[in-house]
Amino acid sequence: MGRLRSLLIPGVDKQLLVRDATRVMPDLARRRFIAGGASLGALTLLTGCDVSDSFSAESMLTRISKFNDAVQAAMFNPNTLAPTFPESAITKPFPFNAYYALDDAPTIDGKEWKLEVRGLVDNKKSWTLEELYQLPQVKQVTRHICVEGWSAIGSWTGTPLRDFLKIIGADTRAKYCWFQCADVDGYNSPLDMASALHPQTQMTFKFGDEILPRAYGFPMKIRVPTKLGFKNPKYVVSMEVTNDYKGGFWEDQGYNSFSGS
Amino acid sequence: MSSLAVNDQPAATATSTKVIQPAWVRILHWTNAVAMVLMIMSGWQIYNASPLFGFTFSKSITLGGWLGGALLWHFAAMWLLMVNGTVYLILGLATGRFRKKLLPITPEGVIADTRAALTGKLSHADLTKYNYVQKLLYAGIIVVGILIVLSGLAIWKPVQLQYLTALFGGYEAARYVHFFCMAAIVAFMVVHVALALLVPKSLRAMIIGR
Repeated sequence: MGRLRSLLIPGVDKQLLVRDATRVMPDLARRRFIAGGASLGALTLLTGCDVSDSFSAESMLTRISKFNDAVQAAMFNPNTLAPTFPESAITKPFPFNAYYALDDAPTIDGKEWKLEVRGLVDNKKSWTLEELYQLPQVKQVTRHICVEGWSAIGSWTGTPLRDFLKIIGADTRAKYCWFQCADVDGYNSPLDMASALHPQTQMTFKFGDEILPRAYGFPMKIRVPTKLGFKNPKYVVSMEVTNDYKGGFWEDQGYNSFSGS
Repeated sequence: MSSLAVNDQPAATATSTKVIQPAWVRILHWTNAVAMVLMIMSGWQIYNASPLFGFTFSKSITLGGWLGGALLWHFAAMWLLMVNGTVYLILGLATGRFRKKLLPITPEGVIADTRAALTGKLSHADLTKYNYVQKLLYAGIIVVGILIVLSGLAIWKPVQLQYLTALFGGYEAARYVHFFCMAAIVAFMVVHVALALLVPKSLRAMIIGR
Protein backbone atom coordinates (compact mmCIF):
# COMPACT_ATOMS: atom_id res chain seq x y z
CA MET A 1 0.00 0.00 0.00
CA GLY A 2 2.85 2.35 0.90
CA ARG A 3 4.46 1.69 -2.45
CA LEU A 4 1.20 2.28 -4.29
CA ARG A 5 0.62 5.57 -2.50
CA SER A 6 4.05 6.83 -3.61
CA LEU A 7 2.93 6.42 -7.22
CA LEU A 8 0.03 8.80 -6.73
CA ILE A 9 0.47 12.51 -7.20
CA PRO A 10 -0.85 14.41 -4.19
CA GLY A 11 -3.88 16.55 -4.90
CA VAL A 12 -4.62 14.97 -8.28
CA ASP A 13 -7.81 13.05 -8.96
CA LYS A 14 -6.75 9.77 -10.55
CA GLN A 15 -9.79 9.41 -12.76
CA LEU A 16 -9.59 12.97 -14.03
CA LEU A 17 -5.90 12.50 -14.70
CA VAL A 18 -6.50 9.35 -16.72
CA ARG A 19 -9.28 11.04 -18.66
CA ASP A 20 -7.06 14.03 -19.47
CA ALA A 21 -4.18 11.76 -20.41
CA THR A 22 -6.34 9.77 -22.81
CA ARG A 23 -7.48 12.99 -24.40
CA VAL A 24 -3.96 14.26 -25.08
CA MET A 25 -2.94 10.82 -26.30
CA PRO A 26 -2.64 10.83 -30.09
CA ASP A 27 -4.68 8.44 -32.18
CA LEU A 28 -2.49 5.35 -32.22
CA ALA A 29 -3.08 4.44 -35.83
CA ARG A 30 -2.09 7.90 -37.00
CA ARG A 31 0.87 8.35 -34.68
CA ARG A 32 2.68 5.09 -35.06
CA PHE A 33 6.09 6.72 -34.68
CA ILE A 34 5.55 6.93 -30.97
CA ALA A 35 6.25 3.19 -30.79
CA GLY A 36 9.89 3.75 -31.61
CA GLY A 37 10.26 7.07 -29.91
CA ALA A 38 8.69 5.81 -26.71
CA SER A 39 11.97 4.86 -25.08
CA LEU A 40 12.97 8.49 -24.51
CA GLY A 41 9.41 9.32 -23.48
CA ALA A 42 9.47 6.42 -21.04
CA LEU A 43 12.74 7.74 -19.61
CA THR A 44 11.15 11.08 -18.79
CA LEU A 45 8.32 9.16 -17.09
CA LEU A 46 10.83 7.33 -14.94
CA THR A 47 12.42 10.57 -13.85
CA GLY A 48 9.07 11.59 -12.41
CA CYS A 49 8.05 14.35 -14.80
CA ASP A 50 4.34 15.05 -15.10
CA VAL A 51 2.07 13.33 -17.58
CA SER A 52 2.30 15.90 -20.36
CA ASP A 53 6.11 15.53 -20.32
CA SER A 54 5.88 11.85 -21.12
CA PHE A 55 5.51 12.66 -24.80
CA SER A 56 8.46 15.03 -24.84
CA ALA A 57 10.46 12.94 -27.33
CA GLU A 58 7.56 13.14 -29.75
CA SER A 59 6.95 16.86 -29.22
CA MET A 60 10.67 17.58 -29.56
CA LEU A 61 10.77 15.69 -32.88
CA THR A 62 7.64 17.49 -34.08
CA ARG A 63 9.17 20.86 -33.19
CA ILE A 64 12.38 20.05 -35.05
CA SER A 65 10.31 18.92 -38.05
CA LYS A 66 8.59 22.33 -38.04
CA PHE A 67 11.99 23.98 -37.84
CA ASN A 68 13.01 21.84 -40.82
CA ASP A 69 9.95 23.13 -42.69
CA ALA A 70 11.28 26.66 -42.22
CA VAL A 71 14.82 25.68 -43.22
CA GLN A 72 13.54 24.05 -46.40
CA ALA A 73 11.30 27.02 -47.24
CA ALA A 74 14.39 29.23 -46.91
CA MET A 75 16.42 26.84 -49.09
CA PHE A 76 13.68 26.75 -51.74
CA ASN A 77 14.68 28.85 -54.72
CA PRO A 78 11.62 29.61 -56.90
CA ASN A 79 13.88 29.84 -59.96
CA THR A 80 15.67 26.53 -59.46
CA LEU A 81 14.19 23.98 -61.84
CA ALA A 82 14.09 20.26 -61.14
CA PRO A 83 16.48 18.46 -63.52
CA THR A 84 14.76 17.22 -66.69
CA PHE A 85 15.59 14.06 -68.61
CA PRO A 86 15.34 12.73 -72.17
CA GLU A 87 12.31 10.56 -72.96
CA SER A 88 14.65 7.56 -73.19
CA ALA A 89 15.29 7.87 -69.45
CA ILE A 90 11.62 7.30 -68.53
CA THR A 91 11.18 4.40 -66.10
CA LYS A 92 9.12 1.59 -67.64
CA PRO A 93 6.90 0.40 -66.19
CA PHE A 94 6.40 3.43 -63.99
CA PRO A 95 5.45 2.13 -60.52
CA PHE A 96 1.93 2.43 -59.12
CA ASN A 97 2.22 3.61 -55.53
CA ALA A 98 -0.38 4.23 -52.84
CA TYR A 99 -1.36 3.13 -49.35
CA TYR A 100 -3.88 0.76 -50.99
CA ALA A 101 -3.86 -1.79 -53.81
CA LEU A 102 -4.48 -0.71 -57.40
CA ASP A 103 -7.90 -2.41 -57.24
CA ASP A 104 -8.91 0.08 -54.56
CA ALA A 105 -7.82 3.13 -56.56
CA PRO A 106 -10.70 5.55 -57.22
CA THR A 107 -12.65 5.00 -60.43
CA ILE A 108 -13.78 8.42 -61.57
CA ASP A 109 -16.18 9.19 -64.38
CA GLY A 110 -14.49 11.98 -66.34
CA LYS A 111 -17.84 13.28 -67.57
CA GLU A 112 -19.25 13.63 -64.06
CA TRP A 113 -16.09 14.86 -62.35
CA LYS A 114 -15.61 18.54 -61.55
CA LEU A 115 -12.73 20.36 -59.92
CA GLU A 116 -14.13 22.37 -57.05
CA VAL A 117 -12.33 25.65 -56.30
CA ARG A 118 -12.68 27.23 -52.85
CA GLY A 119 -11.14 29.79 -50.54
CA LEU A 120 -9.29 32.99 -51.40
CA VAL A 121 -10.13 33.12 -55.11
CA ASP A 122 -12.16 35.60 -57.17
CA ASN A 123 -13.94 32.95 -59.23
CA LYS A 124 -15.19 29.93 -57.31
CA LYS A 125 -16.73 28.23 -60.33
CA SER A 126 -16.17 24.48 -60.62
CA TRP A 127 -14.28 23.23 -63.67
CA THR A 128 -15.23 20.28 -65.86
CA LEU A 129 -12.50 18.13 -67.34
CA GLU A 130 -13.43 19.39 -70.80
CA GLU A 131 -12.91 22.99 -69.70
CA LEU A 132 -9.58 22.19 -68.08
CA TYR A 133 -8.40 20.37 -71.25
CA GLN A 134 -8.83 23.69 -73.13
CA LEU A 135 -6.03 25.34 -71.10
CA PRO A 136 -2.50 25.42 -72.54
CA GLN A 137 -0.39 22.42 -71.51
CA VAL A 138 3.32 21.77 -71.17
CA LYS A 139 5.23 18.51 -70.82
CA GLN A 140 7.94 17.66 -68.33
CA VAL A 141 10.17 14.60 -67.93
CA THR A 142 11.30 14.69 -64.31
CA ARG A 143 12.27 12.42 -61.45
CA HIS A 144 9.58 11.41 -59.00
CA ILE A 145 11.20 10.74 -55.61
CA CYS A 146 9.27 8.78 -53.01
CA VAL A 147 9.61 9.44 -49.29
CA GLU A 148 10.58 5.76 -49.08
CA GLY A 149 13.75 6.47 -51.04
CA TRP A 150 13.04 4.95 -54.46
CA SER A 151 12.72 7.13 -57.51
CA ALA A 152 11.37 6.85 -61.05
CA ILE A 153 11.47 9.13 -64.07
CA GLY A 154 8.15 9.91 -65.71
CA SER A 155 6.58 12.14 -68.35
CA TRP A 156 3.78 14.42 -67.20
CA THR A 157 1.77 16.87 -69.29
CA GLY A 158 -0.61 19.51 -68.04
CA THR A 159 -1.30 23.13 -67.15
CA PRO A 160 1.15 25.00 -64.92
CA LEU A 161 -0.70 25.51 -61.64
CA ARG A 162 0.41 29.15 -61.48
CA ASP A 163 -1.42 29.83 -64.78
CA PHE A 164 -4.60 28.33 -63.36
CA LEU A 165 -4.21 30.30 -60.10
CA LYS A 166 -4.02 33.44 -62.22
CA ILE A 167 -7.11 32.50 -64.24
CA ILE A 168 -9.24 31.92 -61.13
CA GLY A 169 -7.92 35.11 -59.51
CA ALA A 170 -6.31 33.35 -56.54
CA ASP A 171 -4.77 35.43 -53.79
CA THR A 172 -1.19 34.25 -54.26
CA ARG A 173 -0.19 35.95 -51.00
CA ALA A 174 -2.13 33.17 -49.24
CA LYS A 175 -0.01 30.52 -47.59
CA TYR A 176 -1.34 27.30 -49.08
CA CYS A 177 -3.15 25.52 -51.85
CA TRP A 178 -4.90 22.67 -50.08
CA PHE A 179 -5.87 19.70 -52.22
CA GLN A 180 -8.51 17.11 -51.47
CA CYS A 181 -8.70 13.80 -53.30
CA ALA A 182 -11.05 10.93 -54.03
CA ASP A 183 -8.80 8.20 -52.54
CA VAL A 184 -10.30 5.80 -50.00
CA ASP A 185 -10.05 7.40 -46.53
CA GLY A 186 -9.89 10.83 -48.18
CA TYR A 187 -6.39 11.84 -49.15
CA ASN A 188 -5.45 15.49 -48.79
CA SER A 189 -2.28 17.56 -48.75
CA PRO A 190 -1.28 21.19 -48.33
CA LEU A 191 1.12 22.81 -50.80
CA ASP A 192 2.93 25.99 -49.78
CA MET A 193 2.22 28.90 -52.12
CA ALA A 194 5.87 29.34 -53.20
CA SER A 195 5.93 25.75 -54.44
CA ALA A 196 2.46 26.12 -56.00
CA LEU A 197 3.79 29.06 -58.04
CA HIS A 198 6.94 27.20 -59.14
CA PRO A 199 7.07 27.04 -62.97
CA GLN A 200 7.19 23.22 -63.01
CA THR A 201 4.27 22.69 -60.63
CA GLN A 202 1.54 21.31 -62.82
CA MET A 203 -2.11 20.24 -62.97
CA THR A 204 -1.38 17.00 -64.76
CA PHE A 205 -3.78 15.47 -67.28
CA LYS A 206 -1.48 13.15 -69.22
CA PHE A 207 1.18 10.60 -68.42
CA GLY A 208 3.51 9.55 -71.24
CA ASP A 209 1.40 11.54 -73.74
CA GLU A 210 -1.70 9.46 -72.89
CA ILE A 211 -4.71 10.59 -70.84
CA LEU A 212 -3.68 10.09 -67.21
CA PRO A 213 -4.48 6.45 -66.42
CA ARG A 214 -6.42 5.49 -63.30
CA ALA A 215 -3.26 4.15 -61.67
CA TYR A 216 -1.54 7.52 -61.86
CA GLY A 217 -4.46 9.67 -60.73
CA PHE A 218 -7.20 10.11 -63.39
CA PRO A 219 -8.58 12.61 -64.05
CA MET A 220 -6.06 15.04 -62.50
CA LYS A 221 -3.00 14.92 -60.32
CA ILE A 222 -0.79 17.73 -59.08
CA ARG A 223 2.77 17.17 -60.20
CA VAL A 224 5.32 18.96 -57.99
CA PRO A 225 8.83 17.90 -59.06
CA THR A 226 10.35 19.96 -56.23
CA LYS A 227 8.56 17.81 -53.63
CA LEU A 228 8.51 14.20 -52.50
CA GLY A 229 5.92 11.94 -54.12
CA PHE A 230 3.33 12.11 -51.33
CA LYS A 231 3.10 15.89 -51.90
CA ASN A 232 1.91 15.10 -55.48
CA PRO A 233 -1.78 14.33 -54.87
CA LYS A 234 -3.73 12.15 -57.35
CA TYR A 235 -7.50 11.93 -58.05
CA VAL A 236 -7.82 15.59 -57.03
CA VAL A 237 -11.42 16.75 -56.51
CA SER A 238 -10.97 20.17 -54.96
CA MET A 239 -8.48 22.94 -54.32
CA GLU A 240 -8.73 25.50 -51.55
CA VAL A 241 -6.56 28.61 -51.43
CA THR A 242 -6.11 29.31 -47.75
CA ASN A 243 -3.96 30.86 -45.03
CA ASP A 244 -4.78 28.02 -42.66
CA TYR A 245 -2.64 24.95 -42.28
CA LYS A 246 -5.22 22.21 -42.71
CA GLY A 247 -2.90 19.23 -42.45
CA GLY A 248 -2.65 16.29 -44.78
CA PHE A 249 -3.08 12.53 -44.89
CA TRP A 250 0.62 11.72 -44.40
CA GLU A 251 1.65 15.04 -42.86
CA ASP A 252 -0.68 14.37 -39.90
CA GLN A 253 1.03 11.03 -39.33
CA GLY A 254 4.46 12.56 -39.05
CA TYR A 255 5.92 12.99 -42.52
CA ASN A 256 7.65 16.34 -42.75
CA SER A 257 5.15 18.80 -44.16
CA PHE A 258 7.42 20.76 -46.50
CA SER A 259 9.21 17.65 -47.83
CA GLY A 260 10.98 19.58 -50.57
CA SER A 261 13.54 18.01 -52.87
CA MET B 1 59.66 34.63 -5.36
CA SER B 2 61.74 33.48 -8.27
CA SER B 3 62.37 30.10 -6.72
CA LEU B 4 58.62 29.64 -6.36
CA ALA B 5 58.09 30.30 -10.04
CA VAL B 6 60.82 27.85 -10.95
CA ASN B 7 59.27 25.22 -8.74
CA ASP B 8 55.84 25.77 -10.26
CA GLN B 9 56.84 25.20 -13.84
CA PRO B 10 57.74 21.48 -13.82
CA ALA B 11 54.54 20.74 -11.95
CA ALA B 12 52.47 22.53 -14.57
CA THR B 13 54.13 20.69 -17.45
CA ALA B 14 53.70 17.41 -15.64
CA THR B 15 49.90 17.83 -15.50
CA SER B 16 49.64 19.16 -19.03
CA THR B 17 51.52 16.20 -20.51
CA LYS B 18 49.22 13.86 -18.64
CA VAL B 19 46.17 15.12 -20.54
CA ILE B 20 45.79 12.74 -23.49
CA GLN B 21 42.40 13.90 -24.77
CA PRO B 22 41.52 17.56 -24.14
CA ALA B 23 38.01 18.36 -22.92
CA TRP B 24 36.77 19.67 -26.28
CA VAL B 25 37.78 16.42 -28.00
CA ARG B 26 36.00 14.35 -25.34
CA ILE B 27 32.78 16.39 -25.48
CA LEU B 28 32.67 16.36 -29.28
CA HIS B 29 33.60 12.65 -29.39
CA TRP B 30 30.71 11.51 -27.18
CA THR B 31 28.24 13.90 -28.77
CA ASN B 32 29.25 12.47 -32.12
CA ALA B 33 28.85 8.93 -30.77
CA VAL B 34 25.24 9.68 -29.75
CA ALA B 35 24.46 11.45 -33.04
CA MET B 36 26.00 8.63 -35.10
CA VAL B 37 24.05 5.91 -33.29
CA LEU B 38 20.78 7.85 -33.73
CA MET B 39 21.55 8.49 -37.41
CA ILE B 40 22.52 4.88 -38.14
CA MET B 41 19.59 3.26 -36.30
CA SER B 42 17.01 5.60 -37.85
CA GLY B 43 18.81 5.26 -41.19
CA TRP B 44 18.34 1.50 -41.09
CA GLN B 45 14.61 1.97 -40.59
CA ILE B 46 14.50 4.37 -43.56
CA TYR B 47 16.49 1.84 -45.63
CA ASN B 48 13.89 -0.83 -44.79
CA ALA B 49 11.16 1.21 -46.54
CA SER B 50 12.91 0.67 -49.87
CA PRO B 51 15.92 -1.66 -49.52
CA LEU B 52 18.83 -1.25 -51.93
CA PHE B 53 19.87 -4.87 -51.43
CA GLY B 54 18.17 -8.17 -50.72
CA PHE B 55 18.00 -7.70 -46.95
CA THR B 56 16.42 -5.47 -44.33
CA PHE B 57 17.57 -4.53 -40.84
CA SER B 58 15.88 -6.22 -37.90
CA LYS B 59 13.30 -3.96 -36.28
CA SER B 60 14.94 -4.62 -32.92
CA ILE B 61 17.96 -2.53 -33.93
CA THR B 62 16.16 0.30 -35.74
CA LEU B 63 14.83 3.58 -34.39
CA GLY B 64 11.53 5.30 -35.08
CA GLY B 65 9.09 2.38 -35.30
CA TRP B 66 8.08 3.16 -38.88
CA LEU B 67 9.34 5.25 -41.81
CA GLY B 68 7.76 8.51 -40.64
CA GLY B 69 9.17 8.18 -37.13
CA ALA B 70 12.60 7.22 -38.44
CA LEU B 71 12.63 10.26 -40.74
CA LEU B 72 11.80 12.53 -37.79
CA TRP B 73 14.73 11.09 -35.84
CA HIS B 74 17.07 11.20 -38.84
CA PHE B 75 16.32 14.83 -39.70
CA ALA B 76 16.58 15.85 -36.05
CA ALA B 77 19.83 14.03 -35.27
CA MET B 78 21.36 15.37 -38.50
CA TRP B 79 21.60 18.81 -36.88
CA LEU B 80 23.47 17.39 -33.91
CA LEU B 81 25.79 15.48 -36.24
CA MET B 82 26.42 18.41 -38.58
CA VAL B 83 26.90 21.11 -35.94
CA ASN B 84 29.08 18.87 -33.79
CA GLY B 85 31.07 17.67 -36.81
CA THR B 86 31.61 21.19 -38.10
CA VAL B 87 32.90 22.37 -34.71
CA TYR B 88 35.22 19.33 -34.65
CA LEU B 89 36.62 20.08 -38.11
CA ILE B 90 37.15 23.76 -37.28
CA LEU B 91 38.85 23.06 -33.93
CA GLY B 92 40.85 20.14 -35.38
CA LEU B 93 42.26 22.40 -38.07
CA ALA B 94 42.59 25.55 -35.94
CA THR B 95 44.37 23.91 -32.99
CA GLY B 96 46.64 21.93 -35.31
CA ARG B 97 45.42 18.68 -33.72
CA PHE B 98 44.76 17.03 -37.09
CA ARG B 99 48.23 17.95 -38.35
CA LYS B 100 50.01 16.93 -35.15
CA LYS B 101 48.07 13.73 -34.47
CA LEU B 102 47.17 12.41 -37.90
CA LEU B 103 50.05 13.49 -40.15
CA PRO B 104 52.20 12.32 -41.76
CA ILE B 105 50.71 9.03 -42.96
CA THR B 106 53.28 7.01 -44.89
CA PRO B 107 52.62 3.66 -46.63
CA GLU B 108 55.78 2.20 -45.02
CA GLY B 109 54.60 3.26 -41.59
CA VAL B 110 51.14 1.79 -42.12
CA ILE B 111 52.59 -1.52 -43.37
CA ALA B 112 55.08 -1.76 -40.51
CA ASP B 113 52.48 -0.94 -37.85
CA THR B 114 49.92 -3.32 -39.35
CA ARG B 115 52.48 -6.09 -39.20
CA ALA B 116 53.37 -5.13 -35.61
CA ALA B 117 49.69 -5.10 -34.64
CA LEU B 118 49.01 -8.51 -36.15
CA THR B 119 52.02 -10.06 -34.40
CA GLY B 120 51.08 -8.42 -31.11
CA LYS B 121 54.15 -6.19 -30.99
CA LEU B 122 52.40 -2.82 -31.25
CA SER B 123 53.14 -0.61 -28.26
CA HIS B 124 50.43 1.27 -26.40
CA ALA B 125 52.85 2.83 -23.94
CA ASP B 126 52.31 6.40 -25.16
CA LEU B 127 48.63 7.07 -25.84
CA THR B 128 49.33 10.66 -26.91
CA LYS B 129 50.87 9.37 -30.14
CA TYR B 130 48.82 7.49 -32.70
CA ASN B 131 50.46 4.66 -34.63
CA TYR B 132 50.20 4.68 -38.42
CA VAL B 133 47.21 2.35 -38.54
CA GLN B 134 45.35 4.64 -36.13
CA LYS B 135 46.37 7.71 -38.14
CA LEU B 136 45.06 6.13 -41.35
CA LEU B 137 41.78 4.99 -39.80
CA TYR B 138 41.10 8.23 -37.92
CA ALA B 139 41.90 10.39 -40.96
CA GLY B 140 39.90 8.00 -43.17
CA ILE B 141 36.81 8.07 -40.94
CA ILE B 142 36.83 11.90 -40.98
CA VAL B 143 36.73 11.76 -44.80
CA VAL B 144 33.90 9.17 -44.67
CA GLY B 145 32.06 11.39 -42.17
CA ILE B 146 32.24 14.33 -44.56
CA LEU B 147 31.13 12.09 -47.46
CA ILE B 148 28.12 10.68 -45.60
CA VAL B 149 26.89 14.18 -44.75
CA LEU B 150 27.38 15.43 -48.31
CA SER B 151 25.72 12.37 -49.89
CA GLY B 152 22.90 12.73 -47.37
CA LEU B 153 22.38 16.34 -48.42
CA ALA B 154 22.44 15.19 -52.06
CA ILE B 155 19.61 12.72 -51.37
CA TRP B 156 17.64 15.19 -49.23
CA LYS B 157 17.82 18.08 -51.72
CA PRO B 158 18.32 16.68 -55.25
CA VAL B 159 16.67 19.78 -56.73
CA GLN B 160 17.95 22.66 -54.60
CA LEU B 161 21.43 21.08 -54.31
CA GLN B 162 21.37 19.39 -57.73
CA TYR B 163 25.02 20.14 -58.46
CA LEU B 164 26.02 18.29 -55.33
CA THR B 165 23.73 15.40 -56.33
CA ALA B 166 25.28 15.37 -59.81
CA LEU B 167 28.73 15.22 -58.20
CA PHE B 168 27.75 11.88 -56.67
CA GLY B 169 26.53 10.63 -60.05
CA GLY B 170 22.85 11.46 -59.57
CA TYR B 171 20.15 10.72 -57.00
CA GLU B 172 20.25 6.92 -57.19
CA ALA B 173 24.07 6.76 -57.07
CA ALA B 174 24.09 9.11 -54.06
CA ARG B 175 21.85 6.64 -52.19
CA TYR B 176 24.49 3.94 -52.66
CA VAL B 177 27.31 6.28 -51.60
CA HIS B 178 25.30 7.14 -48.47
CA PHE B 179 24.76 3.44 -47.73
CA PHE B 180 28.39 2.42 -48.19
CA CYS B 181 29.60 5.32 -46.02
CA MET B 182 27.25 4.00 -43.31
CA ALA B 183 28.70 0.51 -43.77
CA ALA B 184 32.25 1.93 -43.45
CA ILE B 185 31.34 3.81 -40.27
CA VAL B 186 29.69 0.73 -38.73
CA ALA B 187 32.78 -1.37 -39.58
CA PHE B 188 34.99 1.33 -38.07
CA MET B 189 32.85 1.45 -34.93
CA VAL B 190 33.08 -2.33 -34.43
CA VAL B 191 36.90 -2.25 -34.59
CA HIS B 192 37.12 1.03 -32.67
CA VAL B 193 34.95 -0.15 -29.76
CA ALA B 194 36.65 -3.57 -29.65
CA LEU B 195 40.12 -2.00 -29.47
CA ALA B 196 39.04 0.57 -26.89
CA LEU B 197 37.84 -2.29 -24.67
CA LEU B 198 41.10 -4.18 -25.27
CA VAL B 199 43.13 -1.14 -24.19
CA PRO B 200 40.94 0.23 -21.38
CA LYS B 201 43.27 3.13 -20.55
CA SER B 202 42.48 4.59 -24.01
CA LEU B 203 38.78 4.47 -23.11
CA ARG B 204 39.56 6.10 -19.76
CA ALA B 205 41.49 8.85 -21.55
CA MET B 206 38.44 9.57 -23.73
CA ILE B 207 36.24 9.83 -20.63
CA ILE B 208 38.35 11.66 -18.02
CA GLY B 209 41.11 12.93 -20.27
CA ARG B 210 44.05 11.14 -18.62
